[in-house]
Amino acid sequence: MTSSRIRRAALAAAGVTLLSVAGTACAGAGGGGAAGDQSTINVLMVNNPQMVDIQRLTADNFTKQTGIKVNYTVLPENDVRDKITQEFSSQAGQYDVATVSNFEVPFYAKNGWLAPLDDHIAKDTAFDQNDILPSMRQSLTADDGKVYAEPFYGESSFLMYRKDVFAAKGLSVPPNPTWQQVADLAAAADGAQPGMKGICLRGQPGWGELFAPLTTVVNTFGGTWFTKDWQPQVNAPEFKDATNFYVNLVRAHGEAGAPQAGFSECLNNMTQGKVAMWYDATSAAGQLETQDSPVAGKIGYAQAPVVRTKNSQWLYTWAWGVQKASKKQDAAWKFISWASGKDYENLVGSKLGWSKVPAGKRASTYTNPDYLKAAGAFAAPTEQAIAGADPRNPGVQPRPTIGIQFVDIPEFTDLGTQVSQRVSAAIAGSESVDAALDAGQQLAEKVAAKYRGK
Amino acid sequence: MRNPRRVWRPWGAVAWLAGVLFVLPAAWMVLTALHSEPDAATNPPSVAAPLTLQGYAEFFGAGTGVSPWPPLINSATASVGSTVLVLLLAIPAAYALAIKPVRKWTDVLFFFLSTKMLPMVAGLLPVYLFAQYTGLLDNISLLAVLYTSMNLPIAVWLMRSFLAEVPKEIMESAALDGAGLLTTLRRVVAPVAAPGIAATALICFIFSWNELLFARVLTGVVAGTAPVFLTGFVTSQGLFLAKVCAAATVISLPVLVAGFAAQDKLVQGLSLGAVK
Repeated sequence: MTSSRIRRAALAAAGVTLLSVAGTACAGAGGGGAAGDQSTINVLMVNNPQMVDIQRLTADNFTKQTGIKVNYTVLPENDVRDKITQEFSSQAGQYDVATVSNFEVPFYAKNGWLAPLDDHIAKDTAFDQNDILPSMRQSLTADDGKVYAEPFYGESSFLMYRKDVFAAKGLSVPPNPTWQQVADLAAAADGAQPGMKGICLRGQPGWGELFAPLTTVVNTFGGTWFTKDWQPQVNAPEFKDATNFYVNLVRAHGEAGAPQAGFSECLNNMTQGKVAMWYDATSAAGQLETQDSPVAGKIGYAQAPVVRTKNSQWLYTWAWGVQKASKKQDAAWKFISWASGKDYENLVGSKLGWSKVPAGKRASTYTNPDYLKAAGAFAAPTEQAIAGADPRNPGVQPRPTIGIQFVDIPEFTDLGTQVSQRVSAAIAGSESVDAALDAGQQLAEKVAAKYRGK
Repeated sequence: MRNPRRVWRPWGAVAWLAGVLFVLPAAWMVLTALHSEPDAATNPPSVAAPLTLQGYAEFFGAGTGVSPWPPLINSATASVGSTVLVLLLAIPAAYALAIKPVRKWTDVLFFFLSTKMLPMVAGLLPVYLFAQYTGLLDNISLLAVLYTSMNLPIAVWLMRSFLAEVPKEIMESAALDGAGLLTTLRRVVAPVAAPGIAATALICFIFSWNELLFARVLTGVVAGTAPVFLTGFVTSQGLFLAKVCAAATVISLPVLVAGFAAQDKLVQGLSLGAVK
């Protein structure tokens, strides 16, 4: 009697659950299908600190001013690239705006996945396209001469070092060092404080991790991934010399756990005083100089070390691109105009602090007295690095595609990542650099063969 | 005669050791969630670092103002919905295979299993394109249906072995006493099979709650599930271990609660098929 009543109640509960599930599902479908409505846009973006800030500021500012609600989806870098490729290649139209980098923009534009922005730029004079730094504009303009994305923040690479550590040793870091000078300084600073290593260099596999700094070293040693006519050069003497130099330096005086160290690990090492120098993204400076950072005010900044070229910094930007299939092109531009605009930088500066400004994209940022007061230590070296980067001519020989620390073809993500796994193994000591690069040459040859035919 | 307790003692120690080994990563996760980001990232780990709830605050939207509830509700919808569907379909199928076997029932059972042999990732692109053309992208009911189809073969196999344990004799005596099919099912089979149903339901719930691959590809703005939301805390620029551990702890809780609630039934259920 009792047990059968319980059972009936359970059955009823199951029925109710099923009904409510069906109900929620319908509500979900209804919520997603508001196409053509300009009052909501969907943005897919990478989870970097600058993107966390914009999530916090959107509702009270952008939505309040324009009435446009923004739904963000944030994912880690590798996942967001997969998702953006999947979304844009099928032109699914779920997302109106996505963060694309200067790596994707040229071939996304060629594939017809991005909407050109020139008409919006021409009408929106307050946006002031000419204020965007020339090297940034160049990297986000496709071969057809149209602009396909606007930078949210830009970065180059430079050398960060502990002024106090080198001063105590009676050494100084030149503003335009050579790699040999940096290697000597790393040896001198190794062990300067208990547990302190000479330099932090990325060793974590990944085309955008290890190979971002390493490719700039290869460039300045005179090497390249491919010649202009698609001959792979991965085991050429220059590429080998550069890689041997990098691997030997990081093995001799580099951070602990180097084969797993990426940007985040090096940032942590630098913040905790475990390394005296760090060659990496200029955007790291803002995080090193925040108020709660133990090394704030102790860091000096020098240009990217060189060997055979005059400069050797990379150029990278996370930028906003609009999906061609989006039905909300106007609302999407309004969002970009706000997020990449001058006022947004002031908003971040006044609300969250000037060191958090998504810098590195506008000339006006570097004349803003508030910004210069907070970012004085690294503002000028950053601007110099970004302005001096030449994405069309980064080495000693002509290149087949645009791009400094990458080759601008979709295949490079796989190629770079596979070769980086073997170079990372060389940093760990389980493989030789020669063997790693000989294997890399074969992989590169397969990619090059595809392009030589074209 | 040897004392059986003495024989088993070393095995007890092994069981405890295995238990501790399995719990350690989870305990580590809970501890890391309570550390500040810099403490969570040190190497070697700082076990005794001061505790803070900052990681949990970040998970509940302190930094970004993004609420974790919609993804949690999406996960619950897809998991509970698919589990109910699976049970509704698997129990009759298992009944037909175990108690009143249809002709060539072994072939049927093998066919069910063979559907699990195709790697899920191989079906991903066709499913994505199908969802795009039918407008089902970013719709949680699609995930509920997919999870149902993923878990159905396992559920049928499990339920079949549980139902096969129902003694034929008690069903025969029920029939002799004049009970019809429905009465037999409800009054005789269900009580005996309840632990099996609970175990199957829990396994289906856990599998769908934890599913990431399809959820990541097929959802977007509105239908994102908790595992997808969790990966959103990972960043290549900055520290995130404490946040992710806090998120992982919160997202593990429903499964843990369901497991504890069903614990008694579960132990019965899992040993039901094993003891011959």
